[in-house]
Amino acid sequence: MSRYENFDYPGLNLGGGHGETHDAAKTTVFGFWVFLMSDAIIFGLVFATYVASVHATAGGPGPKDLYDIKSVFIETMLLLWSSFTFGMASLALKYRHSTPRLIGWLLVTLALGLAFLGFETHDFLTMIAKGGSPERSGFTSAFFDLVPLHGLHVTAGCIWLLALLGQVARYGLDSRTKLGIMRLALFWHFLDIVWLAIFSVVYLAGLA
Amino acid sequence: MSEQAQTREDKADEARQARREFLSYASGIALALALTLVPFWAVHWHALPQTALYIMIGAFALVQMVVHFRFFLHIGFRQKRDDLQLILFSALLLVIMIGGTLWIMGSLARRMVLP
Repeated sequence: MSRYENFDYPGLNLGGGHGETHDAAKTTVFGFWVFLMSDAIIFGLVFATYVASVHATAGGPGPKDLYDIKSVFIETMLLLWSSFTFGMASLALKYRHSTPRLIGWLLVTLALGLAFLGFETHDFLTMIAKGGSPERSGFTSAFFDLVPLHGLHVTAGCIWLLALLGQVARYGLDSRTKLGIMRLALFWHFLDIVWLAIFSVVYLAGLA
Repeated sequence: MSEQAQTREDKADEARQARREFLSYASGIALALALTLVPFWAVHWHALPQTALYIMIGAFALVQMVVHFRFFLHIGFRQKRDDLQLILFSALLLVIMIGGTLWIMGSLARRMVLP
């Protein structure tokens, strides 16, 4: 627990005080990190497809007709703060603050994630109402390939979070629930990084 | 040192570490907010010419990615070798695949006079 402690795996390291869980995390969290990196490759290719298709509007609406910077800004803030609140949950887990406090931070994170999904769904419906549905052009197809793929990931994250809350209620904070929360934390922070690429490459560059 | 004193010292050590890790998340969100707000502001008010905006958006996104990796995912230079190698290898694959796709598709669009 010195200042010069090494990082044994990605994410907040639990440290020797958590004994068995900390050791198990060295393999399980590394394995999950391998999955995240392969997921990053998928996202990278879908990004490349989007950038290659962004001008292929086939006479239909383009980025400037369809995107709404205010809504994207709200979504960005929701996801960014949810990353911070998940960080607080990770700290509550590591330092054994009370379980209600851990559950509280997880619930705040879940609420922010669901609000993000609500705003995003509203965006998609507005775009479709403006004639930018997926089948309109290569550009809208590529958009609806990339951005909802991230939304699906966030949806999966929310479902996973609910499942973990159920496990905490049923089994308490045993080694397996702790490892689950640590992996979901990585997944959640990873999705925030993908979102920052989306708001930069898709929305800001599209509106610049 | 008596056992009690040792426990007290461990507790103080842990409290210091908890505070340091809280500050890590806090500086992460502060930096990320700044790196988000500036490009949003610049794009919303068209504060710069278009090419300069593109460069700025790209640069801020790259720096913000590093901030997220460092402060939220806790990836640092003291990372285990396997973790770092995996990240660097994935980054290499991403550069080859994204760069290659954009190069080939851009060349194709130019040769076929696509938009």
